[in-house]
Amino acid sequence: MNFLYLFVLVPLVMMGVIALLKDSKRIKQVMAVGATIQLLLSFVLLVKFLDLRAAGDTAEMLFTSTLAWYEGLNISLSCGVDGISVLMIILSAIIVFTGVFASWGMTEQVKEYFLWFLMLSIGVFGFFITIDLFAMFLFYEVALIPMYLLIGVWGTGRKEYSAMKLTLMLMGGSAFLLLGILGIFFFSGAETMNILEIAAKNNIPEVAQNWIFPITFLGFGVLGALFPFHTWSPDGHASAPTAVSMLHAGVLMKLGGYGCFRVAMYLMPVGAENWTTLFLVLTGISVIYGAFGAVVQTDLKYINAYSSVSHCGMVLFAILMLNQTAMTGAIMQMLSHGLMTALFFSLIGAIYGRTHTREISQMGGLMQIMPFLSVCWVIAGMASLGLPGLSGFVSEMNIFMGAFMHEDLFHRVITIVACASIVVTAVYILRVIGKILYGAVVNEHHRELTDATWYERIAAVTLIVFIAAIGCLPFFPTEIIGDSLGVIVSKF
Amino acid sequence: MEQSMFIALFILIIPVLNFLFIGLMDDKLKPKTAGLLGILGLTVVAALSYFTAFDYFFNYGKVDGMYQSFYEAFSWMKFTETLSIDLGILLDPISVMMLVVISTVSLCVHIYSMGYMHGEKGFQRYYAFLSLFTFSMLGLVVATNIFQMYIFWELVGVSSYLLIGFYYEKPSAILASKKAFIVTRFADLGFLIGILILGYYTGTFDFKVLTDTNSSVFTSTPAATFMGASVLTWATALIFMGGAGKSAMLPLHIWLPDAMEGPTPVSALIHAATMVVAGVYLVARMFPVYFILTPEVLTGIAYIGAATSLYAAIVACTQTDIKRVLAFSTISQIAYMMVALGVSKFEGHDGLGYMASMFHLFTHAFFKALLFLGAGAVIHAVHSNEMSEMGGLRKYLPITHITFLIACLSIAGIPPFSGFFSKDEILVAAWEGDKIIFFCQYFVAGLTAFYMFRLYFNIFWGEEKQYEHIHKEHADCMTIPLLFLALLTVVTGFIPFGQLVTADGFGFDLHTVFEIAIPSVLIGVVGILVAWIMYKKPTQIPDKVATSVKPLYVAAKRKFYFDELYMFITKKIIFRRISTPIAWFDRRCVDGFMDFQAWWSNKVSVKIKGFQSGDVQLYVAIFIVAILVISAIICL
Amino acid sequence: MEIPMQCYLIVALVMFFSGVYGFITRRNLLAMLMSLELILNAVNVFFVVFNRFLFPEHLEGMFFSLFVIGVAAAETALAIAIIINVFRSSKNIDNEEIKELKY
Repeated sequence: MNFLYLFVLVPLVMMGVIALLKDSKRIKQVMAVGATIQLLLSFVLLVKFLDLRAAGDTAEMLFTSTLAWYEGLNISLSCGVDGISVLMIILSAIIVFTGVFASWGMTEQVKEYFLWFLMLSIGVFGFFITIDLFAMFLFYEVALIPMYLLIGVWGTGRKEYSAMKLTLMLMGGSAFLLLGILGIFFFSGAETMNILEIAAKNNIPEVAQNWIFPITFLGFGVLGALFPFHTWSPDGHASAPTAVSMLHAGVLMKLGGYGCFRVAMYLMPVGAENWTTLFLVLTGISVIYGAFGAVVQTDLKYINAYSSVSHCGMVLFAILMLNQTAMTGAIMQMLSHGLMTALFFSLIGAIYGRTHTREISQMGGLMQIMPFLSVCWVIAGMASLGLPGLSGFVSEMNIFMGAFMHEDLFHRVITIVACASIVVTAVYILRVIGKILYGAVVNEHHRELTDATWYERIAAVTLIVFIAAIGCLPFFPTEIIGDSLGVIVSKF
Repeated sequence: MEQSMFIALFILIIPVLNFLFIGLMDDKLKPKTAGLLGILGLTVVAALSYFTAFDYFFNYGKVDGMYQSFYEAFSWMKFTETLSIDLGILLDPISVMMLVVISTVSLCVHIYSMGYMHGEKGFQRYYAFLSLFTFSMLGLVVATNIFQMYIFWELVGVSSYLLIGFYYEKPSAILASKKAFIVTRFADLGFLIGILILGYYTGTFDFKVLTDTNSSVFTSTPAATFMGASVLTWATALIFMGGAGKSAMLPLHIWLPDAMEGPTPVSALIHAATMVVAGVYLVARMFPVYFILTPEVLTGIAYIGAATSLYAAIVACTQTDIKRVLAFSTISQIAYMMVALGVSKFEGHDGLGYMASMFHLFTHAFFKALLFLGAGAVIHAVHSNEMSEMGGLRKYLPITHITFLIACLSIAGIPPFSGFFSKDEILVAAWEGDKIIFFCQYFVAGLTAFYMFRLYFNIFWGEEKQYEHIHKEHADCMTIPLLFLALLTVVTGFIPFGQLVTADGFGFDLHTVFEIAIPSVLIGVVGILVAWIMYKKPTQIPDKVATSVKPLYVAAKRKFYFDELYMFITKKIIFRRISTPIAWFDRRCVDGFMDFQAWWSNKVSVKIKGFQSGDVQLYVAIFIVAILVISAIICL
Repeated sequence: MEIPMQCYLIVALVMFFSGVYGFITRRNLLAMLMSLELILNAVNVFFVVFNRFLFPEHLEGMFFSLFVIGVAAAETALAIAIIINVFRSSKNIDNEEIKELKY
């Protein structure tokens, strides 16, 4: 059996086990074990992948296999990974792992919560391992649906509204997506929906690419928080429970970027080249607009949601630059933003769980009360504003360098606009740090609050370790990415 | 050589290990252990730096009469096949000199802080940050390429942010740290874009290629232009913007006076001796590019430097917070260095300005650190920064008094203190370069002497105030660094700098040009005398002078309204005019549009739902009518 | 004398439309049920008449009307059972008032 199926099977088995359990503590233990296995598996995958590469296997995708699913429509669950998907799988495994620990404090309907959580992770892992267009779509939907329930049931604030909005907007995106996928399939004349086969045929006519590309890009772009389809993100994140925010911003939004990249750009290079101008403008707006939007928000989650819009905009922005350096940056940005925003959300969750408010005006001087969480916050903030040695810097530099390789005025201007976001990022990050962590204690009741618990520490430290690892050793991931990017970039 | 690289690597690794260890242990470590650990580390670093410098200058550095640069790096992140960020170590005269400066001042500050910060909350954190800063600054000066420099540039920025905001419970410190970071970050945006342009058009980030006058960078210049200026002009000007931000050149200087909110030893280390000269160091590092490819930018640098030094000197005369006076004096002196670079040429003795700039950087680091540490001792004694609450302190703080006086004489350019030598060289270079700038700098020299002695007389002479529980000083970890730095201030002027650090690597002899030295000493003396008359004893003269030039005085006291201007831009424009409307637009228009979609689908569905009333009789009626209509249509 | 087909048809048509009218206008469920019977019987008459006049050699129309009568009987039994139950639960058999199942 293919090794990759394990990534979907492990959560499935866990779902089965959890369904039989009653005690919520036992359920959490099972989750922790399962998530650890998943994390280890992802690293085993990396090692195996590198081994095969070192052994001289230069195939585009490794571990490929096909499992016929519905032969009448040529739909199969074929899977395979290249360097990019391996990194994405690792990212997902890390976020799921930390997400379990971040939701350790969950008390109501624990079993159902984790069942849906696992369902979500099946969707995410499935999306990254598969190379079949239809299966991709399937897993995409599998990841989306649990989101509705997780936010609607376990959320806070206007949860029903947010859950509905998020689901509807993303469903709207996936409607576009389905159209795009069918368009790709029929115009390519391929026998199956296997991406490799479609890419190898490479015969979608330009006219078709010209309309399918924007549809597909928009479809995935909605999930990647493309302006002006990003508004689900602030509300959705604000209402979602901690671990769901983490998983959503950390991994699910990456599905958008990854999909744009793997489906839209890879299969329709001509369409991509024809449409870059429009989409670059949109992503450029996302980047700077998200950053400015974050400056005046007062709710921690809103700030982070807008900053996600800005950072995820950067991913799409970089993909559209159509060269190796920028695309490497895009993948790095996905990793970096995934880890960093997960860290932010886990910290927000921890702080909110104690202070019961997310309004920055109602907090202050948290550094004195919860030093561990505050220091983690500062580190996350520094990663977010691109401090060298942490992951944000690496990805941003790749993106800007790649973007600068276009010599015309349009690209220059839009790149400089995007660059300017690093200053605005500094403004909102430091504003929050200054308001909530530093200064005098605003609410005297806060003095009795405790610092991080052991499970919150596990989550935060794991994320920080990976953030720093990427930031200090960027040559490692960039090499893996570069190895797989060549095929895609050579199409432009 | 190999061994030297190895040692240089150690110089970098020790502080970072210190940072990680002290930072991670934090409260588990006793304050004293943390401090001693920091001092121990820095002592080793300083010893290794001295060894490296000695080895470089007198052993292997000189080949064929010219100081070479030695280079070791590995590829950290690849952009393209040819373009990558390398991390490594570059040893050449200026980097080696900077190693000495940084490790010396840092060591003094480490020792001094044991006394100054004694009993402060977060003592361990303080030492961790100091180590982080030292690491970043050392990494900055040995950078082999401009991107590595940018990396450490950001790191020093963050260390500076963390240290300015060390007293994080004090609102003014938070604001100051935020301001420092954001202003320098804004400048760094220019730096980054400049790097990208330069890297793209020259195809390299490497200092080795960028400074090698025979390399392709200088033989084939790109013809591309942008808005009337060549791309390289843009690149170097933008890179200078980064330097101007860190080195507090006009108009990006506003963060430095506020940065004095940090602990005083930090101000001595970061905001006087080391980090703020990073901009000067950057220009010096890229000097061949500036001089050969974009001389117009270099001229601009000279004028900006001159304007800044004049501005800061005027403002310094009116400030009453002693640290702020010193901050403005730092701005003014750094601007001196910029001026020297700006008017310098490249080859041989023509490169006097370059040499003078580095020389001044070297001497200034010590006497300015001394001034700050002295000011720290004063503040420690009287618990206030305000000049008006001091006076007659020479009896209480004799060691501080003497060392402070030495430093003041040095900055005022009185021989035989080090400041005289370096300032004199700068004035000579300015005379040879540009007469307007020379006279400007000449006037500033007088002003410098005046405001420094205004400070000195106000603190140590003048009227004695009532001091509650004043700390008597004794030979301890606070006075030893003062004495050591005072010693350096006296002797460093006699170092044959012209033989060691020059623009093109070939040494030349320095000799005092009396036509310039004598007037410059004279104006220094005049400045001191004026200060003597006005401030030695409490008199009415300062007030009278202030009222006679009231508009100027008020404007200078308010720092010529730069802060207000920036507040206007950030608060009024960025917050009110950009961000708030964007947030509103997002909620109302973009999101409103989405909600509108939901709203009308809901409305339509409610309407459609109305047909499904569940009223069987209505259904039948509609059914019958429809049948009749349909049959009628079919029959017709 | 043979009565022409039209006469039967007119009678059946009147029955049918009275039934429809009753079904639409009556509020009482029992009355509506009775109207429904009227409609069904009108249809039965149609069947029988058409069979008798148009296809005298066939018997399908007759059979079908018998079939309808059978189904109508079952339907009436069911409807009355429902109505009784409705009446038990809401003391009312006015169809305007019984709307709980609508939502």
